[in-house]
Amino acid sequence: MIEFRGVTKRFDDGTIAVNGLDLVVEAGTITVFVGPSGCGKTTSLRMVNRMIDPTEGTVLVDGKDVLTVDPPKLRLGIGYVIQQAGLFPHRTVLDNVATVPLLSGWSKAKARSRAAELLELVGLPAELGKRYPVQLSGGQQQRVGVARALAADPPVLLMDEPFSAVDPVVREGLQDELLRLQAELDKTIVFVTHDIDEAVRIGEKVAVFREGGILAQYAPPAELLVRPADDFVASFVGKDRGYRSLSFVDASGVEVLPAETVRAPAASGGWQLLVDAERRPQGWSGPDGTVVPGGSLYEQGGAIRGALDAALSSPSGLGVVVDTDGRFAGVVEAHQVLDVIESHRG
Amino acid sequence: MIFADAIAWLLDPVNWSGAKSIPVRVGVHLLYCLGAVLGASLIAVPLGLYIGHTGRGGVLLVGSSNALRALPTLGLVTFLYLVMNGVQTVSVLIALVVLAVPPILAGTYAGIQDVDRGVVDAARGMGMTGSQRLWRVELPNALPLLVGGLRNATLQVVATASVAAYVGIETLGRPLLDGLRVLDYAQVVGGAVLIALLAVGLDLLLALAGKLVIPRGLRLAAETRRRVKPVEEAEVVDVV
Amino acid sequence: MGDIAKYLGDAGTRSALLTMLLDHIYLSLVPLVISVVLAVVLGLACHRFRWVNTVLVSVSNVLYTIPSLALFVIIPAVIGTSVLAPVNVVIALTLYTTTLLVRPVAEALAAVPDHVRAAATAMGFRPWRRFLTVELPLAVPVLAAGVRVGSVSNISLVSVGALIGTGGLGVLFTDGFRQRYLAPIIVGIVLTMVLALVVDLILVVLRNALTPWTKAGRS
Repeated sequence: MIEFRGVTKRFDDGTIAVNGLDLVVEAGTITVFVGPSGCGKTTSLRMVNRMIDPTEGTVLVDGKDVLTVDPPKLRLGIGYVIQQAGLFPHRTVLDNVATVPLLSGWSKAKARSRAAELLELVGLPAELGKRYPVQLSGGQQQRVGVARALAADPPVLLMDEPFSAVDPVVREGLQDELLRLQAELDKTIVFVTHDIDEAVRIGEKVAVFREGGILAQYAPPAELLVRPADDFVASFVGKDRGYRSLSFVDASGVEVLPAETVRAPAASGGWQLLVDAERRPQGWSGPDGTVVPGGSLYEQGGAIRGALDAALSSPSGLGVVVDTDGRFAGVVEAHQVLDVIESHRG
Repeated sequence: MIFADAIAWLLDPVNWSGAKSIPVRVGVHLLYCLGAVLGASLIAVPLGLYIGHTGRGGVLLVGSSNALRALPTLGLVTFLYLVMNGVQTVSVLIALVVLAVPPILAGTYAGIQDVDRGVVDAARGMGMTGSQRLWRVELPNALPLLVGGLRNATLQVVATASVAAYVGIETLGRPLLDGLRVLDYAQVVGGAVLIALLAVGLDLLLALAGKLVIPRGLRLAAETRRRVKPVEEAEVVDVV
Repeated sequence: MGDIAKYLGDAGTRSALLTMLLDHIYLSLVPLVISVVLAVVLGLACHRFRWVNTVLVSVSNVLYTIPSLALFVIIPAVIGTSVLAPVNVVIALTLYTTTLLVRPVAEALAAVPDHVRAAATAMGFRPWRRFLTVELPLAVPVLAAGVRVGSVSNISLVSVGALIGTGGLGVLFTDGFRQRYLAPIIVGIVLTMVLALVVDLILVVLRNALTPWTKAGRS
């Protein structure tokens, strides 16, 4: 658990980066600090491992005031991932990952074998360990950065805009990877980003900061989208927050209907779903027998946003539902989904 | 033809024996250069590491060491020679050390300053103490520029050590001054060729040493930067 | 101290010093001006033709290993000027300074962002105007840094010319040494350093005037 109690940071030039922050980060959760630049989110993060010391107030990690611990010793127990990864260019990937174990006094052999385990954990092939950072792609470097931070198995992980320098597709992959890792490792993670979509996607709780270092709202993402505390949060969260909040609404009330499927297109006067031998959707056969690409697929058990999107993007008006193996399971219609959303409201 | 005369001078057996022979002068020249570069390194490298690492006094120190570059070596040598009552060795060595300090200091300081801020931040954030950060991260990453500073200093010292002949030391500046007095160009050019060869030789040695001490990851990074650049340019042309 | 006062007290000495100072300025700054022009032309050539770059790199590597004293003497032997002619020093220092400046200038020209170049072209600049009004000004900070190093090293190197009998403040060192007299040596060192400092200050002012856009980032 990380706790900020009345924390203020005033820099030498007089600017107030963080202003009276009171906040508790629960153990074993991902908490995201989000806000525009200059809102104090990174300063708040850096006060946890004493990269910056507060002017007033107290930061506690597991009940202990961080100011009472020698900074190097404190930091060995806290993982730290930064933008651009900050890998040591003069060391191999494996030695980069082994840094903290070696600093903590492990033997070289033990540190290296631990580093190899971690490369595997973050989804990198073992032979990458022999390479140097410059020989990796941006996404790979970030994975190494995460592996390096996890090497000594610290209970707390601080991540400062770790994915903002990679392109959107790679970023999404890294976010999924982080969620998968967290399900396995159960760390206390503080994650800083300026991207509200990223915050809502990975945070179990999100702290929205505003300029002047003031905490505007601290809530689970669904609540942030549905009940923003004020105009600032509402505008920061963005325009289609109503639609995006559906990501957090359960779709179990939506009835899945059967539908006609065919293996080959035929002019039947209506819409028929094309499937392969495994019953995986391949598109639609239109009324005159032409093949039309399908819309998005809704996987059973997902949030209601996926069901609505499947219905709205389908050429036939029928959203295609698949099971976890990707096999056709039925269809949903937009009006049904909207009915369920309405009933949640009531 | 003057260069043919110079080669004749270089090959003349008369110049290869005795207390004023070419080998003796090469040796003396070399000793002064090594002494000066070594002495300057002992001063400039620790200083550069310190101010680069702490960020304290950097601008002031590097600035004033650059002012040292304006100090005319001939003036300094003659000044020290007179002040020390004709102790040639020390006056020449001090003047050459003064000449070699600025490039080494600038190289070391710039090397440390040039280390990617993200890398230094990560080192701190991972729990390295100040000295661990300096020795394990900053110094290895500063080596390319540090070695560059050493090579610059060596080139300058080798060329300037000829001035030492003016106060009577048997460096390779001797044939330059002797030849000048009697207008014997063969000797002047011969001496200059020897100094140039010495400079090239030492520079090659230092380049080789650099290859050995500079970590492989950094050399790969430098190569990648060189290689990637033309590709980027080509891409831009395509887009436009 | 008393020695120096006595030395400077003589009107003949003072007028001789002024001549030496003016000689020194001439010998060190004329090469600087020629070199700036040459370096821009050659830097542009390097940027356009790869082989010029290759040739220049090898030439400059060799040139830097030749001691200035030797170059001062070899030049008259090669081009047939008198050994004592000041032009030898001017040519030698021009060679050094040009090689010092060409590389950074070529790199600075190459470093002008392609989008800036493309934008200038798109706005209808002709290549020469684009070079003079867009690319060259953006290379000024790099050029200025090189010129500052070049001016300091030239001012210091001109003194060596005294050994071959060309004028300048270096004469004070050889005179002082021959007469075992410290005062002229000290005066020579101080004047050389003051000259270097003043020229450097002028160059900084000049650079700032030529690059008003960098003011924001300058402290």
